[in-house]
Amino acid sequence: MSDKGTILKIKDISKEYPSVKANDSVSLDLEYGKIQALLGENGAGKSTLVKIIYGLVKPDSGRMYLNDMEYRPKGPQDARSKGVGMVFQHFSLFDALSVFENIALGLDNILEKKELKKQIIDVSSEYGLSISLDKIVGNLSAGERQRIEIIRCLLLNPKIMIMDEPTSVLTPGEVSDLFLVLQKLSKSGMSILYISHKLEEIRTICTKATIMRRGRVVKNCDPQKISATKIAEEMVGTSFSSPKKSKIRKGKECLQINNLSFQPSDPFGIPIKNLNLKLHHGEIIGIGGVAGNGQEEFLSLLSGELKPSNGSLFFNDEDITKYNVVERRNKGLLSAPEERLGHAAVPAMSLTENCLITAEHRMKLSKRGLIDYRISKNLSDRIIKKLDVRTGGSDALARSLSGGNLQKFVIGRELIQNPKIFIVNQPTWGVDAAAASSIRQQILDLAKEGAGIIVISQDLDELLEISDVFCALVGGQLSSPEMTNELNPSRLGMLISNSIE
Amino acid sequence: MDFSDINFSLLIASLIVAATPILLAALGELVAEKSGVLNLGVEGMMIFGAISGFIITIETKNPWLGFLCSSIGGMLLASIFAVVTQIFRANQVASGLALTLFGLGLSALLGQSYTGIKPVAFPDMHIPILADIPVIGIILFQHDFIVYFSIFVVFLIYYLFRNSHFGLIIKAVGENHDSAHALGYNVILIRFFTILLGGALAGLGGGYLSLVRVPQWTEGMTAGAGWIALALVVFASWQPFRLLIGAYIFGGITLLQLNLQALGLEINVALLSMSPYLVTIGVLVFMSARRNKNSLEAPKSLGKTFFGL
Repeated sequence: MSDKGTILKIKDISKEYPSVKANDSVSLDLEYGKIQALLGENGAGKSTLVKIIYGLVKPDSGRMYLNDMEYRPKGPQDARSKGVGMVFQHFSLFDALSVFENIALGLDNILEKKELKKQIIDVSSEYGLSISLDKIVGNLSAGERQRIEIIRCLLLNPKIMIMDEPTSVLTPGEVSDLFLVLQKLSKSGMSILYISHKLEEIRTICTKATIMRRGRVVKNCDPQKISATKIAEEMVGTSFSSPKKSKIRKGKECLQINNLSFQPSDPFGIPIKNLNLKLHHGEIIGIGGVAGNGQEEFLSLLSGELKPSNGSLFFNDEDITKYNVVERRNKGLLSAPEERLGHAAVPAMSLTENCLITAEHRMKLSKRGLIDYRISKNLSDRIIKKLDVRTGGSDALARSLSGGNLQKFVIGRELIQNPKIFIVNQPTWGVDAAAASSIRQQILDLAKEGAGIIVISQDLDELLEISDVFCALVGGQLSSPEMTNELNPSRLGMLISNSIE
Repeated sequence: MDFSDINFSLLIASLIVAATPILLAALGELVAEKSGVLNLGVEGMMIFGAISGFIITIETKNPWLGFLCSSIGGMLLASIFAVVTQIFRANQVASGLALTLFGLGLSALLGQSYTGIKPVAFPDMHIPILADIPVIGIILFQHDFIVYFSIFVVFLIYYLFRNSHFGLIIKAVGENHDSAHALGYNVILIRFFTILLGGALAGLGGGYLSLVRVPQWTEGMTAGAGWIALALVVFASWQPFRLLIGAYIFGGITLLQLNLQALGLEINVALLSMSPYLVTIGVLVFMSARRNKNSLEAPKSLGKTFFGL
């Protein structure tokens, strides 16, 4: 890695939105051929800064210099032509179009199909980004989609590549593939601005980090030289502790899953095959595995959204197989699905209304069919306070919240209802370190109070941290439960990568 | 009853004429919907095109100028829709319905003194040699310019969305306007263009109705053709060639049932009158039944207002 100095210099950038000062005189130097991290909690102003660099947002004040020349992008096209490329957090892809069409759309100069195809194949083989051009993007995995974005970005020969939380949707295998690509790119002289709040990742591949908090830069450091805890403390401004697991006090059996099977009608759905599991009061079962192995289906079968084609469910010895979602909720079986916008919460409704959706009966928010808005608002205020949800208030629309904050809200909404059984998929997805640790602590507290909990997650560290029993869900089949504290990494790898003998 | 009273080659030739207005309007709507705009004002744009073209033809005695003005008329109405929905971000469904009502009312007002007049005939093109082939010549090669133009537009739009970069951009805008914006495409400008194009084609379709198909001016003469065009776009799953088939089936059954009524067939007239709608929808549903999911779906941003970032 050659060190030729600064390629992009940002000086005193400020940007104010009606309710918040997103960037408050932010300065940052991006160096040649380096992978540099931009760190911060949800809402720290990282995304705004990046949008300013990429020309999507105009700053109120401040200047930027690219190779010592004043840089003031008029828009993304202008930024791209000056050598600044970006790979988005929520991929800016078009589901109904093919891979090739998606790539062609991201380019500013129109090329002959053949010529473009050749270039794509060259780039993808050079950096090991394999992709098939004729597939429809809607059917691809997150990792494949990201590859398209990266190829699209690379075809423009950028000098700077911005990556907004590139690993938040990837499986561990895909993450290490991505890191190899990034290292190759930085060796070839490209500067990468890497945004994340996953500290371990940053310690692995970044050599410089800029930490932001509430719109300001609070620290520049070399993440490989200081500890993850120290970085995390800088991010949140206070120190926080990782959740404490108390001794398991396993109670009576509360949920029994017998030979549960499900045959999806959707051709892309995953069939669930003969699933057996016993959950006890006070126990946390962690379900690990790579996304798309039946996690969604499993949760929906337990919550009552899907009806099994075979098998039965017993809740405290009562057969609940035929119960629908509301009946199960009334019994005390609550769940929180993975997709927060559109599944867990209705984007266009306020937090109070979203609260009503799952808590109406259990928390008695309505009387004789009429909604009591006073109590409902009260409840959602309590959730907001308890989980430190950063929002304008309980009247804010669900879609106005950042992903992490909405996640806190939808998890809090279930936790506050004192579930007897709680099933959750990806509880801390896209949530910053401090909030993730607080959510985990609350899950542990819930178990301590005697609830049985099933946590489905792709974050193995999370499962190892909080679960008592571990199973892997692979291809719609569940491995036999093992005690978490007896697991070692190689055994885990075996379970996840398949292999139920 | 005697079916030999029906001359089938003439029937097919006239079904093409009957289908052309709907085909043109539907093609315009297809492009607009591909870019994510749901314009329910097709009926209004058609009838306004019909009266604009009719008035100009009567006044100038030049049907070519009439057709030009029916396109311009459709575009004028479409531009109201474009300004209201794209710049002032009004709801597309409500604005489209208003546009239809406005077009119907305005055309009735303008057309008051033009009822019952016959316009100058628009000449058929007698394509040399080909037109003299028996049967096929009558069916295919003795039509007027607009019929051939509408078929040309089918090919053009097919090419636009299959092979051209511009078509790809239109599709992208209609699929996900936020992503398209993030890539730096001007969503509003592109939608303005497709809305105006839609208006021009709907207006031309309307003009064909009042200048060739009928040919005279009657208040409310589109009689739901614009709505049929809208439905055809959906049932043809946004594909121009299926649109062509759908429009011709609709035109064909419409004429056939009229012929059958004239023959005094002992089927309830109401049943016969509804048959074009049923058969067209049936055929298109059948055609789309076995296709894979992605090629069938509506553009994802269809009818949604773009707010920018």
